[in-house]
Amino acid sequence: MDIAQRLNRATRRVPAWPVYLIGAAWAGWLFWLGVSGQLGPEPINALERRYGLVALQVLVAVLAVTPLRVWTGISLIKFRRALGVTAFGFVLAHFLVWAVLDLQSLARIGGEIVKRPYITIGFGAFLMLIPLAITSNNASIRKLGGAAWRRLHKLTYPAVLLGAIHFVWLVKGYPMEPFLYLGAVIFLLALRLVPKRKPVARTAPQATATAR
Amino acid sequence: MAYRWKNDLSPTDVTPKGLWLNRRQLMAGVGGTAALAMAGGSARAQALEPNTLEQISTYNNYYEFGTGKDDPAAYASALVTDPWAITVDGMVDRPGEYSLADLMSGLTVEERIYRFRCVEAWSMVVPWNGVELADVLDKVGVQSSARYVAFETVVQPENMPGVARQVIPFPYVEGLRLDEARHPLTLLATGIYGQPMPKQNGAPIRVVVPWKYGFKSIKSIVRITLTDTQPPTTWNRLNRREYGFYSNVNPEVDHPRWSQASERRIGGGIFSSRQDTLMFNGYGDQVASLYDGMDLQENY
Ligand code: HEM
Repeated sequence: MDIAQRLNRATRRVPAWPVYLIGAAWAGWLFWLGVSGQLGPEPINALERRYGLVALQVLVAVLAVTPLRVWTGISLIKFRRALGVTAFGFVLAHFLVWAVLDLQSLARIGGEIVKRPYITIGFGAFLMLIPLAITSNNASIRKLGGAAWRRLHKLTYPAVLLGAIHFVWLVKGYPMEPFLYLGAVIFLLALRLVPKRKPVARTAPQATATAR
Repeated sequence: MAYRWKNDLSPTDVTPKGLWLNRRQLMAGVGGTAALAMAGGSARAQALEPNTLEQISTYNNYYEFGTGKDDPAAYASALVTDPWAITVDGMVDRPGEYSLADLMSGLTVEERIYRFRCVEAWSMVVPWNGVELADVLDKVGVQSSARYVAFETVVQPENMPGVARQVIPFPYVEGLRLDEARHPLTLLATGIYGQPMPKQNGAPIRVVVPWKYGFKSIKSIVRITLTDTQPPTTWNRLNRREYGFYSNVNPEVDHPRWSQASERRIGGGIFSSRQDTLMFNGYGDQVASLYDGMDLQENY
């Protein structure tokens, strides 16, 4: 039995719900670190950045699920919805820290969204993720039908791409990190254009529709 | 000549907190005009508490040690600051390599409590110890043809983990117009709170120009050059549109990627509110005349 099959068998017994729990606990923990002065003397910007970075990391993980299955046979599809919703939670937290703790006024919020391209595209990514989060449940899949639901959830691609560009755009100088994330996102999106290999190991048919 | 300028953030602000509170209540009793008189006619007396040494020395931009705000505090201890030599060259009467002690000898180190405004829209209040740059310039003898002063930061690749990453080009260079450099507000600082300059804050000696964004206040200087042409400056070279040569604090001229109208005072915690940014960082009465007739939107 190869590694992929063994992994798939092992994860079959692991439920997806702890992902939500871990995500929420992590977000709460970071907030607590900020409140208690453990994120340095300027906790608002620190928290804003921590939430943004986790959001991007989890979104990259979401994008990796399908290529991982196609190219290695390892299937983490059952965790994907939980990961996607968790990523949205971090984007929402990121946005709220920015709006409520950082800018503190509607006039400033509106002004920045209109005037600053890196905020505009981050906000665009956030807007795209909202319908995806709302329809991340079986009832929505049934209501929309698999095909329409899959089409809608292709919005993940531009959203994550915009998120990564947002990161590249906001830094000063030329640090490597944002370019590595952007590179990873482009790579994971490009893999979807490569003709598919047959999955090495098939898992049991999925209960949920899956967007590639 | 020392003591040409008096603190507008009053020196009582650095006395122990209990005492300071008492002073403040007293002052409140006498009235705001008394506070203004105490400040010696400078812009405004603000009952602003300086940031703690801990805050000042744990939230820094010093890219030679990394881009994180906590990187300088984590890595700067490796910086070798003793011995320290500063090369003075260009249009000066007495060029040469000066030891730190030589450069400072005979000059009065005084305390200046200045607002410090970063281009990233955060700010602190720092009780610097230093000498007026003008006094050092007089010591080396500026020739009449000189128009600008250029500065260079040390590069110690083996001690500075950020240098290899080349996030920005090193050595870091900055510059001032000669009249800006000679302004009594402009310091060469060697300490904070009466203690030697922390390495992450630019030990052993750095520039402080309180009416300009923080990146103009170059750290750990090893070269001072007098020239007749505007010297290149690091951030300006990297992105001309975002970082001008002047970079005076100006709430009306936004950074292309973020607003400069307001700022966050460091140290207020997670629910602290923003405050309005002051023109010339509150030093307009002293420095606005340097820019008479200049379009500050053009010369950002
Ligand atoms: C999919 C959506 C988004 C993603 C993936 C994302 C990701 C990120 C990342 C990775 C960072 C940098 C973290 C670091 O420096 O370590 C960041 C910073 C930031 N983001 Fe977002 N972001 C998103 C949406 C938004 C939105 C909607 C806003 C506001 C409207 C926003 C505002 C900011 C701000 C203000 C910063 C900090 C800039 C600074 O510190 O100077 N982002 N974001």
